Amino acid sequence: MSNVNLVESATAMHLVDYTNAAALESVPTRNGFGQGLVEAGKRDRNVVAICADLSESTRMLAFKEACPEQYIEIGVAEQLLVAMAGGLAAVGKIPFIASYAMFNPGRSWEQVRTIMCLNETNVKIAGAHAGVSVGPDGATHQAIEDIAIMRVIPHMTVVVPCDAVQTKKATLALAAMFGPAYLRFAREKSAVVTTEETPFEIGKAQVFREGGDVAIIACGILVYNALMAAAELAKEDGIECRVVNNHTVKPMDEPAIVAAAQTCRAVVTVEEHQVHGGMGSRVAEILAQRYPVPIEFVGVDDRFGESGEPTELIEHYGMGTAAIKATVRRALSRKV
Amino acid sequence: MQSLTPQRLIELRLAANDVRQGIIRSLVAAGSGHSAGSLDMADVFTALYFHILRHDPQRPDWAKRDRLLLSCGHIAPVRYSAMAYAGYFPVDELLTLRRLGTRLQGHPERMRLPAVETTSGPLGEGLAQGVGMALGGKLDREDWRVYVVTSDAEHQCGLHWEAMMTAGKFKLDNLISFIDRNFIQIDGSTEEIMPLEPLADKYRSFNWEVFECDGNDMAAIIATVERAQTVKGKPSVIIANTVPGKGVSYMEGDYTWHGKPPNKEQAALALAQLQADREQIGAVHV
Ligand SMILES: Cc1ncc(C[n+]2csc(CCOP(=O)(O)OP(=O)(O)O)c2C)c(N)n1
Repeated sequence: MSNVNLVESATAMHLVDYTNAAALESVPTRNGFGQGLVEAGKRDRNVVAICADLSESTRMLAFKEACPEQYIEIGVAEQLLVAMAGGLAAVGKIPFIASYAMFNPGRSWEQVRTIMCLNETNVKIAGAHAGVSVGPDGATHQAIEDIAIMRVIPHMTVVVPCDAVQTKKATLALAAMFGPAYLRFAREKSAVVTTEETPFEIGKAQVFREGGDVAIIACGILVYNALMAAAELAKEDGIECRVVNNHTVKPMDEPAIVAAAQTCRAVVTVEEHQVHGGMGSRVAEILAQRYPVPIEFVGVDDRFGESGEPTELIEHYGMGTAAIKATVRRALSRKV
Repeated sequence: MQSLTPQRLIELRLAANDVRQGIIRSLVAAGSGHSAGSLDMADVFTALYFHILRHDPQRPDWAKRDRLLLSCGHIAPVRYSAMAYAGYFPVDELLTLRRLGTRLQGHPERMRLPAVETTSGPLGEGLAQGVGMALGGKLDREDWRVYVVTSDAEHQCGLHWEAMMTAGKFKLDNLISFIDRNFIQIDGSTEEIMPLEPLADKYRSFNWEVFECDGNDMAAIIATVERAQTVKGKPSVIIANTVPGKGVSYMEGDYTWHGKPPNKEQAALALAQLQADREQIGAVHV
């Protein structure tokens, strides 16, 4: 089938053997951002980092040490973060601005829309501590609407990498690309499933596992849960899932989404975000128009987060491996 | 200071000591949370809950109550501890801080614990809500007051200044705001991150009455609030000069305690120090 040409094949992905727990490293995705930013800053002196009193948690601290002249601290002022970055970009800088995703882009949304997107400036938002896996800080700090509010703005690029290694690549790719962008990452340690050899291109979804029964389309740190669910379903029930790492939510790789639907004829989307308006909603928009198939959604179902331990909350909100497996079975039963 | 007898002052200091011990116990049980600001505001919260506020722990929805807003929600442990000792809920419940299903969320949520008046944690939003409440009280010719507790770093948020300007415009003399002036924030000293001084002048120029006091001196806190309560035609701000981590020697003055809890051994040491302080307070009594 010609679909094979539309997506990178799973074997070319050079993944870690994720089914072997001993082979897996666990690293927070924010570390990948920190490393990528330092490298971007050394490559290009126009890369500047603006920090809003969260240098350690956002991992901008390494940049402050490596490129002190390109580092700007402004205190607790997320709207200023965006507006000032717009000014810096207008005179040729490439500003990366970081806070918790809840506050930037959460608090600064209108500045993002007007100054970054309508005005098309080269500003990159780094949204840290996204998702309920922030844990005990609770609902006020758990950004689970950020993908929705970013993907709805014209001209915006939205990237949600699957692990720390990919987050580093995404940071470098965004530094090299002109235009407004949102990079989303998380606080907790999560499994590193990709390697240095794994390709990465903004806008190009990746097939991490081949299968023809159900397509699981995932983004962010839950890609690992999706892979584990697929491995267990294959072993326990002989259900073969294609797992797509859909790291670029906007512009979404439509050919890859349609190909997955054509091959599997049932889709499950997985994201650490509200089901309403998120990555899965975009998948549904594409498929409703171009290739309608049954779709099920794993994500937060129109509720707020709350305090708890990270993995406990992932389970509580139905985003653990067991929940993904149950959702895949439901999608399979709806297949015509 | 007419309202404060020596006996009463000792009781309040003992209550503040209870509140500090409650903070340490809840933080070590949670394994995460904010120590420095919680401890340094223990005297202000004790003064409020045990002496200043018109409130009834049995009737948190009493329409005539004074409203207390905690704008910098990350220091929730001090509010929870003061509320528990004041009788809003059992002291043991403090040990559920930050656990799945608790009413004591990492940052306060009104829908889970109505007596916190509003949900907070995202900085810079408390004063604006206090302005709305105070204006509502005035429109209804009510005599209850609005108290807001803010942090110093919150003064870097634009919305806070919009609220300051508005409070001045509407001459909200039923509004008293505290600043936890401990000079720290996450990345270091406020004056290095984004200088706030001269802070008192900034409030004055926004048409506020400005008071300053030692925020870790119970008698001074109460005397200052009583003066602020007599101000007419202006909102009042009390710059409470505090020592971050107050009461626990190894935390005092160290900004790195902003957002972490003590471990078990550190908590034991903190509780021992607080217990020793407590005996001092008692000794003064005899
Ligand atoms: C809008 C917003 N941005 C960022 C944060 C993350 N944050 C929590 S506390 C804090 C600043 C800490 O300084 P301060 O408020 O003075 O509190 P203290 O250290 O004295 O407890 C920041 C940036 C937040 N809670 N809200």
